[in-house]
Amino acid sequence: MTDQSAADPYAALQDKEPPKAPRSQWKDVWDQFKHHKGALFGGGFLVFITLAVILGPYIWQVDPQKLDIRNKDMRPIYVALWDGSAKTGWFRPLGTDNLGRDILANLIAGGRASMAVGWAAMVLALLIGTSVGVVSGYFKKADFWLMRFTDLVLSLPILPLLLVAVTLFREPLRANFGPEGGMFILIVSVVGLTSWMQTARIVRGDILALKEREFILAARSIGTTSGAIIRRHLLPNVISPIMVSATLGLATAIITESALSFLGVGFPSDFPTWGKLLADSVQRMEQYPERVILPGILISLTVLGVNYLGDGLRDALDPRIRGR
Amino acid sequence: MLTFTIRRLILSIPTLLFISLVIFLLLQLAPGDPMAQVPLTVPPEVKEKMREALGLGQPIHVQYWKWIVQFFWIEPQVLFDHWFGTSFAEGKQRVISWQTRSPVMDIVVQRIPQTLWVVGLSYVVGILIALPIGIYSAYRQYSVFDQTGTFITMIGFSIPPFFTGPLLIVVFSVQLGWFPSIYDTTHVVTDWASFKIQFMQMIMPVMVLALQTTAQLSRYMRSSMLDNLGQDYVRTARAKGLKEGAVVMVHVLRNSMIPVITVIALGVPSIFGGAIITENVFKVNGIGQLLLTALFANDIPMVMTLTFIFAILIVLFNLIADVLYGVLDPRIRYD
Repeated sequence: MTDQSAADPYAALQDKEPPKAPRSQWKDVWDQFKHHKGALFGGGFLVFITLAVILGPYIWQVDPQKLDIRNKDMRPIYVALWDGSAKTGWFRPLGTDNLGRDILANLIAGGRASMAVGWAAMVLALLIGTSVGVVSGYFKKADFWLMRFTDLVLSLPILPLLLVAVTLFREPLRANFGPEGGMFILIVSVVGLTSWMQTARIVRGDILALKEREFILAARSIGTTSGAIIRRHLLPNVISPIMVSATLGLATAIITESALSFLGVGFPSDFPTWGKLLADSVQRMEQYPERVILPGILISLTVLGVNYLGDGLRDALDPRIRGR
Repeated sequence: MLTFTIRRLILSIPTLLFISLVIFLLLQLAPGDPMAQVPLTVPPEVKEKMREALGLGQPIHVQYWKWIVQFFWIEPQVLFDHWFGTSFAEGKQRVISWQTRSPVMDIVVQRIPQTLWVVGLSYVVGILIALPIGIYSAYRQYSVFDQTGTFITMIGFSIPPFFTGPLLIVVFSVQLGWFPSIYDTTHVVTDWASFKIQFMQMIMPVMVLALQTTAQLSRYMRSSMLDNLGQDYVRTARAKGLKEGAVVMVHVLRNSMIPVITVIALGVPSIFGGAIITENVFKVNGIGQLLLTALFANDIPMVMTLTFIFAILIVLFNLIADVLYGVLDPRIRYD
């Protein structure tokens, strides 16, 4: 069969060159993703800011809570460029606040809190959304009621309810889990519990279409259980819409947490988050605009990066657009 | 279409009841005590009396039922009386705010015009800016205008209003001194000069809210136009010699507006929610600010009513969006 003689009548059917290595799906996705400049930038910035808030405290070892009244109200170092008389110093590169706390250290600590809330709430929303979507798409009996429930939750006024929940349940959770821990649990759960609906709808739609396909029929005909079909065959196929809604979820979670902190119902006053740093500085932003602008820019850039990442992922993961 | 509308209207009643129940239970579960501010010298039995006077002594389902009756039966009667001078609601118990001891709806009616002015105007401004941007960027896809437009809308989409608000205040009120940073709601427009002041103080809150609307809507408009520009009927219209303006502005635009109009209707409630933050930044005393103060003061009837008004807005505009979609698109028939 594999005899390579010159008179082989099947020579035309054989490959002239060695076959190329098979390309995996994720390599295709990456190739498409690379072409989206905004997505590359966004993803890069997200990785950068995540690493910065994780590793930051080990590099910039200043305690964000340490009061230093002698060095209060310092300006960032770049102010010295146009205002030589401003109180600046290299040991406080971004200045200090009205109690002498270092702003760079506070931004890093605040970023930790904001990103942690964002990621945790996003994961929670994804878990709820995906399970509701899968169950409702796969099991016909559950579909009607789960979707009615999703519609109902969609018509709840989210921001007012968030405000109500956070203000009213602050005290008992604080008593049980400590001021920071209680607030973290509360904010993550209220944001997660109120933002899973879009994911559920998208996943349900995809599952409904997928479960009529032949490979599911084949899997069922060899006796695969429902759980295994969902885990092995359905979930890998809906991973792309889940990833896209994950990016959107991360963006909304970060914004919601900052908005709650801004309205004064977020974390306790000595616990910095980006939204809180921004809100606390609004009173004196005429004298110290950088205290508003720096956390604001960090929030905006992170959300912008995440949104661009989502845009690029949507293009890259859609096989109809890919390759064009 | 009429049967569909009626069916949706009837279906929205259980939805609203469910939402009111959720809000009610949430507020019931909450540990706040309205008697917390009462001095310690007041004896406990008097406190108990005061509690009962607030309607707190009864079981939960009775309280819920009373609230429903007050909100859905007595308050409409008050409105009816107000309009036609009748006296149906005479002597009946209305929803009373614990902060001011006056009917909640009276305060809401005082506050709503400010919110409506700022929110409504910002929405109109946002739509007026977003539609041309969306149309032109779709028509010249991948042009410089499209690229910058997409970039700017992406930024507008990502910058939260509690950052743009202070930023605008720093630039335009503090540095340049063009606009006032605080919205003066007692200001009355009588002549040209006072109208100018009113106009100046509205620019910044309206622009902050409009930025969000513009960013979302122009993205929708662009993708909807792009979907339609590639269709066969566009080629037909061009082939039969229609002017380019007529093709784009009449044929394509009318078809692309169908999904965009539903998005516009669906966005109205969320812009009210966003107004909570903007009102807080610019110190507009609208209903968003009222909700915040009521929350901090533990004024449960007020919070309940306001949250429920937001819910009614959402359900109402969902319904409007559905009905509009059916009216505008003859391919969609619900019956």
